Amino acid sequence: MGTLRYAASRLLQALGLVLAVVVLNFVLVHAAPGDPVETIAGASGGMSPELMTQLRAQYGLDRSLPVQLGVYLGKVAQGDLGYSYFFNLPVTSMIAERVPATLLLVLSSVLLAFFAGTALGVLSSRRPNGWLSQFITVLSLVGFAAPVFWLGIMLVILLASVFPILPVAGMRSIDSAGGGLKDVLDVAHHLVLPTLTLSLVYLAQYSRLARSSMLDVLGSDFIRTARAKGLADRVVLYKHALRNALLPVVTVLGLQFGNVLAGAILVETVFNWPGLGRLAFESVLRRDYPTILGVLLFSSIVVVVMNQLTDLCYRFIDPRIKAS
Amino acid sequence: MPLLRLARRATLLSAALMTASALLPLPASAAEEQPRRGGTLVIGSTQTPRHLNGAVQSGIATALPSTQIFASPLRFDDKWNPQPYLAESWKLADDGKSLTLKLRKDAVFHDGKPVTSADVAFSIMAIKANHPFTTMLGPVEKVETPDPYTAVIRMSVPHPAIVLAMSPALCPILPKHIYGDGQELKSHPRNTTDVVGSGPFRVTEFKPAQRIVLERFDKFFLAGKPYLDKVIVNVTPDMASLVLGLERGDIQMLPFATLPTDLKRFANDPKVSLTPKGYDGIGALNWLAFNTAKKPLSDVQVRKAIATAIDKNFIAKALMGGFATVSDGPLVASSPFAVPDLVRYPLDLKKAAEMLDAAGYKASANGERFKLTIDYLPGADDQQKNVAEYIRGQLKKVGIAVEVRASADFPAWAKRLASHDFDLSMDLVFNWGDPIIGVHRTYLSTNIKPIVWTNTQSYANPKVDELLNTAGGLIDPTQRKAYYATFQKIVTDELPIEFINQVPYHTIASKKVGNVPATIWGPLSPLDEVYLK
Repeated sequence: MGTLRYAASRLLQALGLVLAVVVLNFVLVHAAPGDPVETIAGASGGMSPELMTQLRAQYGLDRSLPVQLGVYLGKVAQGDLGYSYFFNLPVTSMIAERVPATLLLVLSSVLLAFFAGTALGVLSSRRPNGWLSQFITVLSLVGFAAPVFWLGIMLVILLASVFPILPVAGMRSIDSAGGGLKDVLDVAHHLVLPTLTLSLVYLAQYSRLARSSMLDVLGSDFIRTARAKGLADRVVLYKHALRNALLPVVTVLGLQFGNVLAGAILVETVFNWPGLGRLAFESVLRRDYPTILGVLLFSSIVVVVMNQLTDLCYRFIDPRIKAS
Repeated sequence: MPLLRLARRATLLSAALMTASALLPLPASAAEEQPRRGGTLVIGSTQTPRHLNGAVQSGIATALPSTQIFASPLRFDDKWNPQPYLAESWKLADDGKSLTLKLRKDAVFHDGKPVTSADVAFSIMAIKANHPFTTMLGPVEKVETPDPYTAVIRMSVPHPAIVLAMSPALCPILPKHIYGDGQELKSHPRNTTDVVGSGPFRVTEFKPAQRIVLERFDKFFLAGKPYLDKVIVNVTPDMASLVLGLERGDIQMLPFATLPTDLKRFANDPKVSLTPKGYDGIGALNWLAFNTAKKPLSDVQVRKAIATAIDKNFIAKALMGGFATVSDGPLVASSPFAVPDLVRYPLDLKKAAEMLDAAGYKASANGERFKLTIDYLPGADDQQKNVAEYIRGQLKKVGIAVEVRASADFPAWAKRLASHDFDLSMDLVFNWGDPIIGVHRTYLSTNIKPIVWTNTQSYANPKVDELLNTAGGLIDPTQRKAYYATFQKIVTDELPIEFINQVPYHTIASKKVGNVPATIWGPLSPLDEVYLK
């Protein structure tokens, strides 16, 4: 099967998957008790029944669920994600406005987790029973086990309150005007804590994975051959072993993109980071159906695309996959 | 017991501190210091506004920025007296069926166009048609504009609440040339982008759920004001990070703070001032609602027994750190219509048990009389959840088994209340200034609706309906108060609601902030007099 045909069939699968996700999300979101009009009435401190009926009609909430689903799917097919019930703004523009913040957070976290995690893993695989390896193992187990939000709050207390060197929350200083190099530095300053928090779990995971993968590879025949040839330890480790050991790490990296996005919800909430995760979380509390569905649809597309890309990449990296 | 003691001691301590600070001479600066021009005030808020147009959206989230952007006909001082704002003078007719507003002639909108009676007429009719509080301008029939600076509001029946309805938070004057373009006002694009009013500050940035940047409007009609160059409302859903921000100096003002831990922390902070002033207007009450349509709560003796088993002083002193005050009636104590003559239920567990016996609910072999559930509004644990847990403990002592039902979030709780699917529920409700706006709705039998914050208690008493409907149309405040007095007595006797406490809203502000808002609308009024030292 050629790569092109393979890609086409995967695309079709992906479309079906996204459709299933949309329908499932729609049903789940509507299964939650309460509706957006009640939330809006709540935010208003009370509302007359006439106005509530009027709002429900305006949002199409007075129709049966299957009809609502049909209308929604029809609109989504045309690329229209509708208007937020709460903010009266187009969902597409709300998502577009928040994508950069989430992307920045997720990418910086993934990169940090990948590079630092791999480095630690390789380091500890050199002397698997040495003190350094033990130390890294304990550290990564703690990082793996600690809940993200708790870690975030602890880091805030330590680095923003006890030693106030980093900002508490937000993406920019409160009084920043935006623009210029100063703005870039400001955002970078605000990025440190959320990135650290979000990446720790994955960093721990990658270091464990890289370590065991390295140990695996280091025990294989070709490494012994390389060592027998008299190659330097450095060359054996980084040129021969690491390249091969990296494969599973790369796979996990691609497949875990979805998890990182999910983790971003917590981290964005703790750090008041103006990204998609916070938007999704707050929209759930407001029963802002179009916004929740829009964000979920967008995220599911991102995840599906990332997985497909990983699959495709893998076929290039490891020619053996193609044969099967 | 040791725990209780500890709580008591903490309470005494904070009470002592509070008296101490009350006795200390005012800092010399308070009265004499000249306000200074300039500076940026950062306000922390946990509330996310939907948009900035307070004419079609009520609630504190929108009112906070809206009162800065839009001016209103009147404003109020800290003793419920109306003050001139856009209107230089005003007159409520003797028959109470018309209010004449004489507008000042030098007021302009942020786009430079003058504010005229046409804008006032348009806005009042727009608020009547779109604002969620339908009783506020309900009787208004039309607004006449005999000349560009005179507006006469005509009403079908006498409606004294009209004066309070001219407040900044309730009556923002919109520019007709912008909002009168025929588009649906509730979803008008200018509610969010390029918002134009005539208030002391104009919007330069609005990022929903993030921040609102307001800059001084140089042509504001009150000369020399506002003092501040900029106001930034920093929206963060997490109170803890706002508190940290205030400690670090990133934020200078934090309105609507209630958490005893936060308040205690700042009560001892020399760099911070703490005031409970500024919340009389919204008049927030924390209460226990009874579903009177359900047995056994339909029996008034049962409700009275439950009230007798609850120690409100313990709740206010221990649970809320002494920052809250006990509430015994449907009106906040500072309301001009509140009276002290109420039926009260001092704690007496033995009496409560006897009352339940007398009502025919004898304890069974295991000591249990009957089961009830209690709900609470999620997200305000200090006011709601903790009190619900306490009530469960108290009622257990008199043989009522109470199950505390948590709700995942606000819509889930609102759904239960709206569908009257509850026995007991904690609730937090605002008076909103005039009883017509925020009080009548809870007790009128005509307002038993499947909607949260109506008469979800299903309380019905024709006498109460009559008293409220009459009081709503009485022009003479003394006469009006007499009717409300009888109403308060009946309601506290029949107990559709057990009033617990006044919500201890405080404004926490850096000592650098001068003239921290203290009028009846507090932070929901123009901050034109606030300055930075």
